[in-house]
Amino acid sequence: MTDAAFYSTETAWCPGCGNFDIIQTLTKVLTDMHFAPNQVLLVGGIGQAAKLNQYVNANGFSGLHGRSLPAAVAAKMVNQALTVIVNTGDGDSYGEGGNHFLHNIRRNVDITHFVHDNQIYGLTKGQTSPTSDSCGDSPHGACNLSRPFNPLLVALAAGATFVARTFSGHKEHMASVMRAAIMHQGYALVDILQPCISFNKVNTFAYYKQHTYELEAGYDTGNLEAALLRSMEYGPKIPLGILYQVTRPTYHQQRPAIFDETPIIDKRVSTEPLETLMARFR
Amino acid sequence: MNLCIGGAAGDGIETMAGLFEKILQRTGFHLFSTRDFMSRIRGGHNFAQIRFETEPISAHIKALDILIAYDSRSYDEHQQRLKPDGLLLCDPQLGIEDPRTLAIPLKTLAKESGNARTIGVVCIGALMKLLGLPLTTAETILRETLSPSILDMNLVAVHKGYESTVQKQPFAPAHHTESMLVTGAEAMAMGALAGGLQFYSAYPMSPATTLLTFFSAHAQAFHLVVEQAEDEIAAINMALGASYAGAQAMVGTSGGGFSLMVEGLGFAGIAELPVVIADIQRPGPATGLPTRTEQSDLLFMCFASQGEFPRMVLTARNHVDAFYQTARALLLAKKYQIPVLLLSDQYLADSAATIPSLDPQKAAQSVQPLPEQPDIGAVYQRYTLTPSGISPMRIPGKTEAIVRIDSDEHTQEGTITEDATVRKQMVDKRNRKLAGLEAELIEPAYTGADEPEVLLVGFGSTSAAIAEIVALLNQRGVSIGALAFGDLYPLPRKQLSHYWPLAKAVYSVEQNATAQLSKLIRMETGLHCTDSLLKYDGRQLSVDDILDGLKAFGIGKEVSL
Repeated sequence: MTDAAFYSTETAWCPGCGNFDIIQTLTKVLTDMHFAPNQVLLVGGIGQAAKLNQYVNANGFSGLHGRSLPAAVAAKMVNQALTVIVNTGDGDSYGEGGNHFLHNIRRNVDITHFVHDNQIYGLTKGQTSPTSDSCGDSPHGACNLSRPFNPLLVALAAGATFVARTFSGHKEHMASVMRAAIMHQGYALVDILQPCISFNKVNTFAYYKQHTYELEAGYDTGNLEAALLRSMEYGPKIPLGILYQVTRPTYHQQRPAIFDETPIIDKRVSTEPLETLMARFR
Repeated sequence: MNLCIGGAAGDGIETMAGLFEKILQRTGFHLFSTRDFMSRIRGGHNFAQIRFETEPISAHIKALDILIAYDSRSYDEHQQRLKPDGLLLCDPQLGIEDPRTLAIPLKTLAKESGNARTIGVVCIGALMKLLGLPLTTAETILRETLSPSILDMNLVAVHKGYESTVQKQPFAPAHHTESMLVTGAEAMAMGALAGGLQFYSAYPMSPATTLLTFFSAHAQAFHLVVEQAEDEIAAINMALGASYAGAQAMVGTSGGGFSLMVEGLGFAGIAELPVVIADIQRPGPATGLPTRTEQSDLLFMCFASQGEFPRMVLTARNHVDAFYQTARALLLAKKYQIPVLLLSDQYLADSAATIPSLDPQKAAQSVQPLPEQPDIGAVYQRYTLTPSGISPMRIPGKTEAIVRIDSDEHTQEGTITEDATVRKQMVDKRNRKLAGLEAELIEPAYTGADEPEVLLVGFGSTSAAIAEIVALLNQRGVSIGALAFGDLYPLPRKQLSHYWPLAKAVYSVEQNATAQLSKLIRMETGLHCTDSLLKYDGRQLSVDDILDGLKAFGIGKEVSL
């Protein structure tokens, strides 16, 4: 299997966009992990990041803005044999889709969520995103007068079982985090810092290079308090890496009466249970 | 025989009515019962109304033969409907002075039986004696229904009630017929199971919540994924994700929840994802009257969403229809890869009726499936242009090919495009499905005179009451007929074009304020109704209401029920 199995085609992204690093890294990771294109389902909402699945040779579900998570978890619910990966933006994931973000953390369906977080609305040409920096920290056209949303802190508080951050400019780091996220059993959130070269003139490639650091060797990913503290670090020093990972029963594992190794879509129901049920009404 | 049981929320009216209905069914009666509940957990005024006859019935009437009043308010609310020779059953403690009163110390007898909460079963005992029904049937139902820990006190209670009065009605035991006693919601849920349901997502909302609880209770036996979503937007998008992945998916809600689902409806339309959306209507707009009934979502269902795409709107006219139409909705959604909207309402969903046994096989075969198309391997286009507009559907992971779907306009491969030619091709492809849908339509059921001078048109849950009044008027020599629509959009037109020219006047009978069926008919056929008989106070049109309304149009003036 080569990267060519998950070929990339011509895209609608701006030249130099961080998305190119993300798609190249993701296709490499999928190839290295020996997935076949028909085993992988890439789900997106709406936005430049969400278009990623259009450019990868894998099953693709391009849904509604903000609604990628409900569709992704449901596809996994009925067929756990699919490897389901959501690629979509910060506005899609944390703004329009905020309620789904909160509640799918609780469900812990075994899917992976890559948020391409460029801290701005790119496709609609430069509006404030939930994760745009506070105007107090870095006043610019799309800064947040309201308090910025901290996705990692919220995810930890809501009980996420895998919470990580990486930077599209560090391809090796991104690859290792992506791989760990895909392998994680349960909902895995990876917030991927990514420059928007057209509209975000503050959080640039150089900005992220300068302001991020990798979690030190020996960091304990099982320590929730430590993870909470690290998730609140932002500004001069932004931590990259797996902040928290814990094993907890997945959505499927919590429902042994409904799910076994046979996916729901492969189960066949005979007429007998319905006849039995209907007899109760006689 | 028409019986009403009234009291406060929390008085156990639902339990008592449910037990008594089961007893009536087992005795061999046909029955139709309704519930009138306020949107609260305790207090207020709730009532159950049970109509039972030796002939099949499927609508409610107003005049009462028996009123059981747990409190004074129940007497005040309903005593006007109690016939002069009717019977008021209540506790003497209420101090009601009415010549129709049969005072039985219900509370005392219940306490003597071991628990004040057996009051309903004391009433059942009294009813068994009054109506000349076999006490053993009541005992059998109690044994089948109640948990062992409370059975004995209830058996005592039913005896105490039975001994507390004397037989008033020599009710001949009805001819026993094999029947099922189901609510509209139960019939709809079982229809969904017969139609192959695999995934159900919903956010709790009256009066659709009964579907969610039913599916949850039976998820294991039917390998169903039942998910309570965080909101209705999640519910529809989950259903679409499951549908894409190969599961037969359905959501259930009421008008407010459907409002949130509308973008998802359009997504199902453009992405060609099969899904059934059940709307158990209640009066709107916004929160409206949460626990009451209306048929005011019809036009919203037909035209909701931006853009243009084929859809089908079906409704259930009665409990039997609720079963078969729901199965059919799932099968049609799958065959045509479209959203199918299924309309019911609080009245039908919450009312219970005895019906002939339902046939799951018949339901599962109600739509002719498409011939299987061979999987041609990796060369696959999800949106292949075809004469029927239906493209072969493959399940991701179950084929060598990859499967792409898109909420954007897309190419045959399923990737985003802004190409003008492809856009037009795709709109035309989707709309070509309409020809197939037209061929699937079930024409409205006609009842009445062969060449009616007066024609009524109605849809959904009012159909049974309309049919009952038509039958009565026909017996009294009135030349009248009625078309009851189950399939609504696309609008079936054959029966309309046959009967409309025969009639001198055509009236729509609807549970809404703006005559939506009349408008839909005019839009699709150019035919204008003479007038409309409308009710929109949240309470269902009864047989009496329709007769009164027709009298106002000068029809059946001499007739009474």
